[in-house]
Amino acid sequence: MNPRFSLLLFVMAGLVVAFAPLPVPTIAPQERTIQMDARQFAYSPSELKVNLGDTVTIQLLSTDVVHGLYVDGYDVSIEADPGQTATLTFIADKPGSFRFRCNVTCGAMHPFMIGKITVGSNNWFFRSIGLATLAIVGVVVSTKQKA
Amino acid sequence: MAKIELTRSPLIKNVMKSRYPQLAVFIVMLVGYIFAILAGLIGTPVGSHNFSIVFVWIAWWAVLILVAVPFFGRGWCAVCPIPLPGEWLQRGAVLSPPEKRPKWLNLRVPKMFRNIWLQNISFLLLALFSSVLLTTPNITGIVLTAMLFAAIGLSTIFERRAFCRYLCPVGGFIGLYSQVAPIELRIKDKQICVKCEGKPCYNGSQAGYGCPWDVFPGGLAKNTYCGLCMECIRTCPHDNIAINLRSFSADLARPSTRMDEAFKAFIMLGSAMIYAGVLLGPWGVFKDAAYNVGTSAWFVYAIIFLSIIFVILPGFFTLGILRTKSALPLKQRFASLATALIPLGLMFWVAFSLSFVLTNASYILAALSDPLGLGWNLFGTANATWQPMLTSILAPAQTLALVGGLIWSARTAQKAADEVKISSIPVIVYCLIVTSVMLWLLL
Repeated sequence: MNPRFSLLLFVMAGLVVAFAPLPVPTIAPQERTIQMDARQFAYSPSELKVNLGDTVTIQLLSTDVVHGLYVDGYDVSIEADPGQTATLTFIADKPGSFRFRCNVTCGAMHPFMIGKITVGSNNWFFRSIGLATLAIVGVVVSTKQKA
Repeated sequence: MAKIELTRSPLIKNVMKSRYPQLAVFIVMLVGYIFAILAGLIGTPVGSHNFSIVFVWIAWWAVLILVAVPFFGRGWCAVCPIPLPGEWLQRGAVLSPPEKRPKWLNLRVPKMFRNIWLQNISFLLLALFSSVLLTTPNITGIVLTAMLFAAIGLSTIFERRAFCRYLCPVGGFIGLYSQVAPIELRIKDKQICVKCEGKPCYNGSQAGYGCPWDVFPGGLAKNTYCGLCMECIRTCPHDNIAINLRSFSADLARPSTRMDEAFKAFIMLGSAMIYAGVLLGPWGVFKDAAYNVGTSAWFVYAIIFLSIIFVILPGFFTLGILRTKSALPLKQRFASLATALIPLGLMFWVAFSLSFVLTNASYILAALSDPLGLGWNLFGTANATWQPMLTSILAPAQTLALVGGLIWSARTAQKAADEVKISSIPVIVYCLIVTSVMLWLLL
C-alpha cells in the first residue's frame, strides 16, 4: 500500500477514535448529596462518580483549617471554615473526568490537595488509550511497508 | 533534514563570540537566583506567595521543561547562574583569561566519578524530598544555597565545571534530554581538529578558556555533555565550530551504551509517573507519606519510589528484551534500547508539567508584585486571584504529548534495535504499557 495513503488512513482512524460520538447511556438524572471532609491535604472521599445530568450537592466539612473546593471544567467553588460545612450544588452536565482542588491556601501542600470527579464514563481516557494503540500499530505497519 | 549552520549569520556568531551579551544574561540570572535564595530564607513561609517557590518551581520549571530543553537542549546550562561565582573564582576573572591565574588545587575528577551516577543520586535525593522542597520556601532557599556553595567548593578543588558535569541534579536530565533538541554545537571539519596544534578549544588560550565541560569538541557526537557555553567558539583559531539547526532527536540515532545514562532514562520516566500519581492524583495517603519526611510512612514511600525506578521499571524492561535473539550481551542491549525511553520520558514530564503549571501559573502575578509575601504591591497584581488556566484543553494537550512521545519513542526504539540487530517490538510494547499507565494517572 502507498505509504502516504496508509498514513492518511491512520490519521483518519485517529480522528474517528478521538472525536466519533459515542452512545450516551440513558440513566435518569438523580439528585446526589455527597458529604465530604477536607483536611490538610486531602479530601474524603477523594474520588467521586456521578451520572451525566445529575444534580450534585457537595457538603464540604473542613476539619482543620479553611479549605476550598474548586471543580476544574465547571469553574464552581466553595470555601469552608474550620469545623463548618459549606454546600456546593451544580448540575453535572459535562461528561468526563475532572480534578477538584483546594482554592484557599491551606498549608505547604495546598497546591496538591486534589480530588477527582468522573461524570458518566471517562471517555477521553479510553479514547487516549485507543489513540496510543493506533499510533503504535501505525508505526509498526509503516516500518514494515518501508522494509 | 539537512543541518543549517546558524553561526553563518555574522550577527549570531558575534553574539556567541562576545562575552558581554552572555555576561548580561548571567548577571540577571545570578541576581534572580540570589533573590530566590533570600526570598526562600526570609520571605513568607506560604509557598504559593513566595518568589522562591513560584518563580523556581512554576515559572522556571515551565520554561525549562516546556521550552528550553525540548528546543534548546542545554540552552539553560548556557545561562545558568549556579557555576558562575565558583568559575570566576577558579579563573580569577569574570571575562577573558587573566595574565596570571589563581593557584587552586585544579585536580582532575577521579575516574570513578566521571559519569552521571552522582547526578542520578543527587536528583533522586531531591526527588525523594520533593514534596517538601516544592512547597516550603526555606527548604528551597537552603537547597539553592547548597548548590551554589557546592559549585564554588568543587571549583576550588577540581578543574573546570566539576559541579555541572558530575553533580548537578538538574544538569543530568537536561543532558539526557538535550539529545532530542533540534540544536547542536559541532565542529565543521574533523581534519582541521586533527591537525590543530595545542587544541585550544580543550586546553584554552589567550582568546578563551579550555572547555569548562571537559569535552574535546573535535570528538563531540552528542549534545549530552556540551553545556553550550560557547567557549570553544571563542578559542578555536580555525573558525571550525558551528551551532547547527538540525532535526529533532538526531543524537538518538546512535544509541547509548552506558548504564548510567540508561538508568537516568528510567529515573526520569519513573519520577514523572510517581509525581503524576502522588502530587496530581486524588490519593491523600500518598501525599501524606511523601510530605512527612522521616516518618515510617515516608520511608515506605521512599522504598516504593526507589523500587519503581530501580526494580520494577527496569525489571519489566529487561524481561521484555531478555528473549530477543542477539549476540550482544544483555547489558549492552539494555543500555542501547533504553535510549528509546528518552523522548517518552521528556513527554511524560511535559504532560505532568502542563497540569502543574497551568493550574498554578496565576500565582506568578501575585508573587511578582509581592515576592516576599510582605504585603507589597509593586505592580498592582499582588491581589490577583488564583485561577487555573486552560483547563478545558489540558487533557487533550496531555494526550497529544503522551501519544506523540510514544510515537517518537517507538521510532527511536526501531532505530536503536536496528543498530544492535534485535527486535524492537518488546520495547514498543513496554512504551505502550507505561504510556497507558501515565494516561490513567493524568486523565
